[in-house]
Amino acid sequence: MNGSGQENTHREIERVARESYGRLVAYISSHTRDVASAEDALSHALIAALTAWPRDGLPQNPEAWLLTTARHAITDQVRHQRVVLASEPTLLLLRESGAQAMLSTEFPDERLKLLFVCAHPAIDPAIHTPLMLQTVLGLDAARIARAFLISPKTMGQRLVRAKTKILDGGIQFEVPHERELPNRLEAVLEAIYAAFGIGWDDMAGIDQRGRDLAEEAIWLARVLLELMPGEAEVRGLLALMLHCEARRPARRGPDGRYIPLSAQDPRQWSLPLIEEAERHLAEASTHRRTGRFQLEAAIQSVHAERAHSGRTEWAAIVLFYEQLVHISPTIGTRTGYAAAVAEASGPEAGLPILDAIDQRAVSDYQPYWAVRAHLLQRLGRAPESSEAFNRAIGLAEDPAVRQFLLQRRS
Amino acid sequence: MQFALLIYESPEAFATRINDETDPYIGAWRSYYKALVEAGIYVGGDPLEVPETGTTLRLKEGKRRVQDGPYADTKEQLGGFIILELPSLDAALDWAARCPTASAGAVEVRPLAPESKRRIT
Repeated sequence: MNGSGQENTHREIERVARESYGRLVAYISSHTRDVASAEDALSHALIAALTAWPRDGLPQNPEAWLLTTARHAITDQVRHQRVVLASEPTLLLLRESGAQAMLSTEFPDERLKLLFVCAHPAIDPAIHTPLMLQTVLGLDAARIARAFLISPKTMGQRLVRAKTKILDGGIQFEVPHERELPNRLEAVLEAIYAAFGIGWDDMAGIDQRGRDLAEEAIWLARVLLELMPGEAEVRGLLALMLHCEARRPARRGPDGRYIPLSAQDPRQWSLPLIEEAERHLAEASTHRRTGRFQLEAAIQSVHAERAHSGRTEWAAIVLFYEQLVHISPTIGTRTGYAAAVAEASGPEAGLPILDAIDQRAVSDYQPYWAVRAHLLQRLGRAPESSEAFNRAIGLAEDPAVRQFLLQRRS
Repeated sequence: MQFALLIYESPEAFATRINDETDPYIGAWRSYYKALVEAGIYVGGDPLEVPETGTTLRLKEGKRRVQDGPYADTKEQLGGFIILELPSLDAALDWAARCPTASAGAVEVRPLAPESKRRIT
């Protein structure tokens, strides 16, 4: 095979790996409950594909080929471990309908169950997102560790521990019952949003953790929407992320300078992404079940309106924030509410909302100090404003944001 | 538990020390220091003079070897340290990421070894 043919095959393997990884891990582990060995078997199959496909040509059904090869790998692995007796049911399951699978892709999509397993209440919430990124998207532990600012070794250990818990702790691969569904779904949505990682993005208050994973988070939300098209909050989350993603190119000047939302040029926003976000938000509102993510998306939608109207309807944003703070009174939403009220009714109206937040809770929450500094500056309270700027600058992680705040202070 | 942040600076970062108070790098450091103190996690620390002021000593077979300059011949040099009281390595990494030198050099996070200290005192 010539060079470019080989390159094509490699690209094809990458494409199949990306699209099929989660489906295959979910399908195998929903039978065995052993996520780690499903992943091992699949990476074995992908390595085998790197040799076999360029040599023999692409199989007619690449996904089925990978599944069969992964099954063989698990069978071998189980034999090696000499626990044949205990694993007999697993082996039977894996062998069943092996021949048909070669010819068809008709194996059920179990990714929804896998997503619910990753965000199961018995598993530490801090590891929900990393687990999803690894098991559904196949990201390696080192990359996940980088995004979440955790040592790669620690991240690897935590992922292994969580998978052991899934296997030994009796966590079932199932879609929760109606009664538990809202809470369990909330955990899945939270975990996807954590991968997106951009909290509230005005006045240089940015929660940046996980920012390299925005595309992956949107992909996960799309998968979830495909599996649960009737859930309004899933559309709300996707709309929220698409709105934020639409503004990505406008958030930095050509020189790398940070540009806050209010100073962004709407012509740099991505209209197709905004339109897609609006479609999802409109569809979600027909379900008449409002929720946190729909409200956050609605706020972003008002900001996006500026592309047409040239102005920001702050009164509408305040109304959405009032509902948001009511159902989700976190430091982040209260800080955003204070900023919105200050824009709509003046800084003297926003400041008391910040004052009502417990100072101990915000000692390392950067956006609070950025907004506080801004409001105090507008009120002409220079020494206090400068103090708050200090805190916001000291807590900023992004050098461009730090630079922006240093300039604002002086 | 206590962690040391070991601050490794580039020659350019060291050069800002001769600049005036309005240098943004120095301004960022001042704010960072205040944020550490206000968060109640700051235990101690200090900047070090520039690497050229260092003198490195070895005793080899009874003979003193004295060399001008720092121990390691690397581009980035130890420029200071901070000791923080924090519950976990994760929290220490969060604070290290906010350090102005993280984008202009490197910050090594290392736990202090209180057990070893207890054995020798």
